[in-house]
Amino acid sequence: MSGPPEQRTAAACSLLPGELDLQEGQAVPLAPRDIFTASSLERWKKVKETIAKLVFMAMTMALVLPVLCVFGYLVVKAWPVLSVSFLLENPREKMTAGGIWAPLVGTFSLVFLSLVVCAPVGILAGIYLNEYARDNWMTRIINLAVMNLAGVPSIVHALFGVGAFVLFAGMGRSLLAASCTLAVMSLPVIITATREALNAVPRAFREACWNMGATRWQTIRTIVLPNSISGMLTGVIFEVARAAGETAPILFTGAVFFTPVPDHGWSSFFPYRLGDRCMALSMHLFTLATQVRDVPEETLYGTAVVLFGLVLAVNSLSIGLRAYLRSRKKW
Amino acid sequence: MLERLIRLWQLRAAVLRWLRRGWHLFVDRVVEPVMECAIRICGWSAILFIFAILFFVLWIAAPMLFGGLDLVEFFTSENWRPTSAVRPQFGILALLLGTLSVTALAMLLAVPLGLGAAVYVSEFSSGKLKETLKVLIELLAAIPSVVWGFVGMMVMGPIIIHFTGAPVGVNLLNGGVILALMSVPIIVSVGEDALKAVPDSYREAALSLGAGRWEMVYRVLFPAAKNGLLAAVLLGVGRAIGETMAVLMATGHAIQIPHSLLDPIRTLTATIAAELGETVEGDAHYRVLFVIGLVLFAVTFVVNLAADLVVKGIRSERTS
Repeated sequence: MSGPPEQRTAAACSLLPGELDLQEGQAVPLAPRDIFTASSLERWKKVKETIAKLVFMAMTMALVLPVLCVFGYLVVKAWPVLSVSFLLENPREKMTAGGIWAPLVGTFSLVFLSLVVCAPVGILAGIYLNEYARDNWMTRIINLAVMNLAGVPSIVHALFGVGAFVLFAGMGRSLLAASCTLAVMSLPVIITATREALNAVPRAFREACWNMGATRWQTIRTIVLPNSISGMLTGVIFEVARAAGETAPILFTGAVFFTPVPDHGWSSFFPYRLGDRCMALSMHLFTLATQVRDVPEETLYGTAVVLFGLVLAVNSLSIGLRAYLRSRKKW
Repeated sequence: MLERLIRLWQLRAAVLRWLRRGWHLFVDRVVEPVMECAIRICGWSAILFIFAILFFVLWIAAPMLFGGLDLVEFFTSENWRPTSAVRPQFGILALLLGTLSVTALAMLLAVPLGLGAAVYVSEFSSGKLKETLKVLIELLAAIPSVVWGFVGMMVMGPIIIHFTGAPVGVNLLNGGVILALMSVPIIVSVGEDALKAVPDSYREAALSLGAGRWEMVYRVLFPAAKNGLLAAVLLGVGRAIGETMAVLMATGHAIQIPHSLLDPIRTLTATIAAELGETVEGDAHYRVLFVIGLVLFAVTFVVNLAADLVVKGIRSERTS
């Protein structure tokens, strides 16, 4: 706004309702109430704000609350059957009675084996992508491959497992084949988590180490890995949760409806050998829900609750660890 | 005697020094190159596995794909009679439409809710509430698909029967809702990342011009983050198409082209999961299921590629 002061006053006054005939130097007859009260436009804006906020909140709650209710309902329905003996007993009488020990142990062995297979490869791949790879087309293709590997449907992974491990590698339908399939499936998760953990280590740390005359690998071993190992751990734990819940990839590569295993004594802890077919908790839930008749409802709900309770517990562990690490991070 | 002892001691020291030097040499010349080599090979493993998946699925599907299977009939016929003794027919149109309809329904529900939740988490909430919501959504993503399918069968099914009077509770609507809930977490987390990536100066500029929060979101953030949000939607679509166990259990398993929300349907993924166990290894039906696997692989590959290109689009725009 430029111009002599009288014109400015007049311009300001023209905004006011009603006729005003102001002389130079005369005060504008406006009470503080008129200035500091919201105009109707502003009030409408406020209302709009509130509405928008409420709508977005409702959308979020519409996602979160029903899910919480549903899972609360599952727990309530499963409550009568949840006990230590439910966990430690084998399924009996065509799976209509007894517990879930065999599938539980099967899931543990599957997840452990898949971890043994994919954690080294995934972590090394993450190290490559973050520490070695330059920003060229090759790296871009690798990134694309990682992203696409994560997006491949789980049933296609199952088909791959059947083709590659069961038939081509001659493993047959076995614990080993199923674990390898799971491992390929969880590879991108580990790679991404490792990259993020490595990426969080400041570049200055590496530069300081290089300046001391260390080679690339020495830097990684002595500086980068110790500072990022815990971040990788969260990624690995996350992978464990994901692998434990998967059903489709193990459906045709090594999981079976039922296989008897000892449920007491030492041998009950390692009942499966690498070549054996095994039961798995996710598969067990699927079987109970769709293939077996006359399963008591509590057993069904109990199996579901143990499965998602396991997955959520492992995941919470990962989230808690991440929060703890973030709180004590030194840089 | 003492002299001999001293000489022995010196000898020991020399041997130790020699061993240490040898060890260092070994680490420098052998361990390091081997580790670097391993790291490089593992780095390329993702590409290797993508091609391996393509190769092995194609390996089994090939005899049927390149001979025996009428591709026109495969994509346009709605007759899926793989076990017919007279003339087995492999038409996946009904299955394809089943997948498409359930994915479309899921996206219809999940995209507005997911993006809304992303906006709420990113722009309207703060502090404890924000952290809690993020953790909750992360946990939502972790729930196994077979549990979702179970919820669809045992909880959603009776609810749908009760409210709509449908003859069966496991149908398109059920599958759509379950799939929507499953693909929401990825939409929220990727969408929130996209909103977070918009520089704060954009927000400050909008607010200082007198825009309200909502106007800022609608007029500034959405246009600025549109690529990231699109990528979020595409990733959600990819997840919904590829989902197997939940749709197997919650969509009712009837091969038909859906006409209403309450029709039971069957998807491509569910067909593979349900029938692969019952086929004889190596016969036509078995191989056709692998061909369906190839179709799924191709579709999700294209969707993911599109999402990636869209994200790349933003990055190059930002830097230029």
